[in-house]
Amino acid sequence: MTINYLGSISANDLPATFTKFFVEPVSVGFPSPANDYLESPIDLNQYLIKNGAATFLVRVSGDSMLDANIADQAILIVDRSLKPKHGSIVVASLDGDFVCKRLQLKPRLCLLPENPKYEPIYIQHGQDLDIMGTVTAAINKFE
Amino acid sequence: MKLLALVDCDNFYASCERVFRPDLKKIPIVVLSNNDGCVIARSKEAKAMGIKMGVPWFQVKKNYLAQGGKVFSSNFPLYGDLSKRVMNILDGMVKRIEIYSIDEAFLDLQHIQNTNQAYEFGIYCRNTIRQWVGIPVRIGIAPTKTLTKVASHIAKNTNGGTGIYCLSNQKDISCSLKALPIREIWGVGHNLSRRLNQVGIYSAYELAQADIRFIRKKFSVVLERTVRELRGESCIQIDDHSAPKKQIVVSRSFRTKVESLSALKPLISNFAVRAGEKLRHEKQKCAQVSVFISTSKFNKQLQYRGFNSFQFPCPVDDTRSILMGANKALNTIFRDGYPYAKAGVLLSQFSHPTFIQKSLFEVTDQQHLKQDTNLMQTIDGLNGDQTQIYYASQCPLGSSPIQKEMVSPKYTTNWWELPTTK
Repeated sequence: MTINYLGSISANDLPATFTKFFVEPVSVGFPSPANDYLESPIDLNQYLIKNGAATFLVRVSGDSMLDANIADQAILIVDRSLKPKHGSIVVASLDGDFVCKRLQLKPRLCLLPENPKYEPIYIQHGQDLDIMGTVTAAINKFE
Repeated sequence: MKLLALVDCDNFYASCERVFRPDLKKIPIVVLSNNDGCVIARSKEAKAMGIKMGVPWFQVKKNYLAQGGKVFSSNFPLYGDLSKRVMNILDGMVKRIEIYSIDEAFLDLQHIQNTNQAYEFGIYCRNTIRQWVGIPVRIGIAPTKTLTKVASHIAKNTNGGTGIYCLSNQKDISCSLKALPIREIWGVGHNLSRRLNQVGIYSAYELAQADIRFIRKKFSVVLERTVRELRGESCIQIDDHSAPKKQIVVSRSFRTKVESLSALKPLISNFAVRAGEKLRHEKQKCAQVSVFISTSKFNKQLQYRGFNSFQFPCPVDDTRSILMGANKALNTIFRDGYPYAKAGVLLSQFSHPTFIQKSLFEVTDQQHLKQDTNLMQTIDGLNGDQTQIYYASQCPLGSSPIQKEMVSPKYTTNWWELPTTK
């Protein structure tokens, strides 16, 4: 028994580990000895996301968090189910805009940038601040 | 006592638009239907401005915008994703859940002993969804599905409440039903409520007190079930396997009127192609395709509605067959000289693809059938995110007439439209 070549699917469209099962005609007379040991490929979601229903991705614009290893255009993994603590990096909405800063709860409520070029934002009475969620990871792409 | 809960998202589409727009916290929001025709969702503030459900956008546009309201075209990728998140969270909280619509689910509270616990569960549930997804919900808790709907209705209309209402003791139930007109009861539509009025039944309470045999004889067993449910006897179970769809409709109102057959055909083809995709996604085959076309109901001088169906000799799920059938149906109903404002394609008479009744006269060649299935699967795969393969009768690339001028970004389903920090 052989598997027929069904048509041209570009190998780029498939995860690398699957390519060999679909694209080339393979004899299945002798099953691969690895078959009993097949494991699923490494999944970045599993590493980066604990609570999928509460996790959102947010893109960073600007370099105010550079010293926390968050570069311009980084993708933030934001978990809304984690309670933000003193010192957490958070995405918050401040007067209607999303910002990414380090949260300081004491001695005074403040959003701290991680770049000496920027000033801390002390929350004034009457300002509208909502913490959207805690940043659990940032993805910086180099190429 | 056995208790059920109905979790219902508040003004769902409008609430979704707010999740990534904190600047719109207290601003009125309306969401429009496909092609920006009618208002299909309103925030609390927009309701307070007197914007009615289903009203044509052009009628309220000027006034609404002048008063500072914000408007969105519908963004179903966003609503679908946020709905899935809400349902996932609920699914993790209870053993049995029935997802009733994009923004409603019934929960079986079998782990809960009494109403205090149920109320606490409601608060926990509501806070969790609010915090994790950013969507406000209200929760009706009661011994039957029909009564959870009543409880949810009360939770909605109690201003400044917790958004949770528990309807469990007999006194409370009677009291709430007395204040509730029958047309508000789940499953009692406009016609039924008129017929009930004719026999002297006006409130939900009067219906609950009606003689069961009389209701069954004069109306139906379905209404009998409703009566029993209003009395607290659970008759409609939580259904965790959703029933397969009975029909698929793809329809649109056009932004500019369409007059000629040659202009209408590609549009109908687009609808037929989309309907075919949905059909295969549901793993169904259909034995009938219908087409309807109509002029605007606001144009009183020139009114025409056409509807016709094409019957397949045996059920199909191949877009090419659906296109052929839709085209034949369209040819029979098209009349010259009318400005068409709306059209649609409807697939019906479903059967599961593996149990196909073969036609007596059609020789089905297994090899060909397999090839056709493969072809459709390949095209569906390629067209997954964005249409890349078109059928010849469809609208040419880029001229799709769907109008979505004010659509928000696909914040959660597209890498290039993620929310951005300032």
